[in-house]
Amino acid sequence: MQKKTLVAATFAAGLLATTSIAPISSAEAKTQIQWWHAMGGANGERIEKIAADFTASQDEYEVIPSFKGSYAETMTAAIAAFRAGEQPHIVQVFEVGTATMMGATGAIYPVHQLMADAGEPFDPSVYLQAVTGYYTTADGEMLSMPFNSSTPVLWYNKDAFAAAGLDPETPPATWPELEEAALALQEAGYPCGFTTAWESWVHVENLSAWHNQPIGTLANGFEGLGTELVINETVVVDHISKMGEWQQSKIFDYGGRTNQAAPKFYNQECAMYTESSAGYAGISANVTDFEFGIGMLPYWPDVEGAPQNSIIGGASLWVLQGHADEAYQGVAQFFTYLSSPEVQAWYHQETGYLPITEAAYELTREQGFYDEFPGADISVRQINLNPPTENSRGLRFGNFVQIRDIIAEELERVWAGDASAKEALDEAARRGNELLRQFEQQQG
Amino acid sequence: MEKRVVFRHRWLPYALLAPQLAITIVFFLWPASQALWQSMLIQDAFGLSVRFVWFDNFTYLFNSREYLNSIRVTAIFSVGVTVLGLAVALLLAAVADHVIKGALAYKTLLIWPYAVAPAIAGVLWLFLFNPSVGIVAWWLGGAGITWNHQINGNQAMQLVIFAAAWKQISYNFLFFLAGMQAIPRSLIEAAAIDCAGPVKRFFTIIFPLLSPTTFFLLVVNIVYAFFDTFGIIHAVTRGGPAQATNIMVYKVYSDGFIGLNLGSSAAQSVILMAIVITLTVVQFRFIERRVQYG
Repeated sequence: MQKKTLVAATFAAGLLATTSIAPISSAEAKTQIQWWHAMGGANGERIEKIAADFTASQDEYEVIPSFKGSYAETMTAAIAAFRAGEQPHIVQVFEVGTATMMGATGAIYPVHQLMADAGEPFDPSVYLQAVTGYYTTADGEMLSMPFNSSTPVLWYNKDAFAAAGLDPETPPATWPELEEAALALQEAGYPCGFTTAWESWVHVENLSAWHNQPIGTLANGFEGLGTELVINETVVVDHISKMGEWQQSKIFDYGGRTNQAAPKFYNQECAMYTESSAGYAGISANVTDFEFGIGMLPYWPDVEGAPQNSIIGGASLWVLQGHADEAYQGVAQFFTYLSSPEVQAWYHQETGYLPITEAAYELTREQGFYDEFPGADISVRQINLNPPTENSRGLRFGNFVQIRDIIAEELERVWAGDASAKEALDEAARRGNELLRQFEQQQG
Repeated sequence: MEKRVVFRHRWLPYALLAPQLAITIVFFLWPASQALWQSMLIQDAFGLSVRFVWFDNFTYLFNSREYLNSIRVTAIFSVGVTVLGLAVALLLAAVADHVIKGALAYKTLLIWPYAVAPAIAGVLWLFLFNPSVGIVAWWLGGAGITWNHQINGNQAMQLVIFAAAWKQISYNFLFFLAGMQAIPRSLIEAAAIDCAGPVKRFFTIIFPLLSPTTFFLLVVNIVYAFFDTFGIIHAVTRGGPAQATNIMVYKVYSDGFIGLNLGSSAAQSVILMAIVITLTVVQFRFIERRVQYG
């Protein structure tokens, strides 16, 4: 520790020495706001632009974004920095880190409180409930600012549909319809019906919400740390069991836990693909030989209450404690700027992420974006299909990064034909619950 | 007749030792004591709620199926890496010792892989064996073997063992070759005159005389397999599929930095430390006695 302080002190002294020589510029008078994020490449450039535009829009604050690596690395870096007393003002945290952040009551500055303390106008009702709900307490208090959110949709190959004698403008709405379409596609010579990215997120978490069934007790963990997974007792069991059968006949073909299956869709091996709506950039860049369409996630028509609404994935911005009030004033202003319809509509159209306010969605529609890119509004319509219930608001489980891996491991046993859906999901729930208990203990 | 140098000043030896001691304290004793202390705490990621729980973290680990699996995986992995790395290096050294033309070129080329960083070595092997684009995976497919280490745990284990051993072969090779060249030619020539063939000469003369080198390399390789292979695992499998390659040192990382369970992670590193201390003591005390030092 002492060594670290010494190094930091030397470094600070060096910085001071250089800045004292430089003439005092107007930039130095601005209060600096550090923003740690996990977006590389093109999305990183968009973050730079948002920060630069905000800095240019007023004279008091300067937002400084820094790229810190993957989501997990960014979160770990922020936590380590907090423990060393050198935390940034804003950090981007992925949705599965929500429970950990929320549990750190003394470390985070809830957004609703920040806005109130700073006297910024803030009306939670203008935000899309399906997006903010994920980051809101059971009492409706918004804890973090949604930044990049997406939801899984069904991508399909229109040319293949036409070749198989299916209507290229009507994607299958239900799983039985999808099965029929897959059989017709296989008849027409396509080796596989559909493949998927992010198996746990799409086929366990979203599938549950979409059918208005719980993933865990206590309102998916929103109402307490004592939550337990129930994925081995719901519609998930039947669905995974069916997917296991489909894997044998290649109606479904597994291609990896993240979005590693994408090439199967690009090279027309599989004509349908369940993947995030934010996959738009990758899909439009890689699909050159055929026309693709977007449909909502299919549902099981025999399940009462389906389709409900799908849940989001992605990340939100958390504010950390321990800085001067003046800086928080700037953070609040920055969040107001970030939520403005213009910024949101631009970001939504550039990235394919969901807009966070109703106004941004309307603005995008007025600008004619959805006419130009049909299907780009499917994701927004899907999360807004019905007002979220306690099953479809999102989920709040501790250690969920590892639990997702466990679910994926267990699902892989089903795809390989080594376990039945029930066996695998029982095991996933057992192992997941162990981690939930461990998290409960850690929170003391 | 013993030669001894005696320091006249009391403080001089300590002053001379001080830099080394300082490094040992700062980089070894201090972190090790921190790990020990943290291994008895249960805390949340931010360190806001900290509880002292004695040995609960250890009890939990030894009752956890995942951790016991990790111990088993580590045993298979380190035995695999050590045996493969030593055997291949010994073979190459024995052959290189016989080469007359272009010996230097062979030796140089054989040493090259040692200069490759573990993560890069991992990525190289990953490319060769990638189920969709890897050339070796494609050849294996042609030979009727479906290679997919992303689903098949045994194949994943083989792949990381190959990658880790491949990197270590160069190092082992260097020491074996040096050891062989230190063996007096007269011994080998005498055996040759007595009609011992190259294989017999190797097993009756060279290998026994190499035992100090082999012993040294055994220790180094086991320690390498336990600790320095993190980069390879991280680049190739990330401990998967289904924990099949989740060796203990990787689990320390994934539980600590991905899972943010610092207490368990610290407890695991304490266990690792104990294992390595025990291994080293056992090796020096019991195996060394049977080694013939030339």
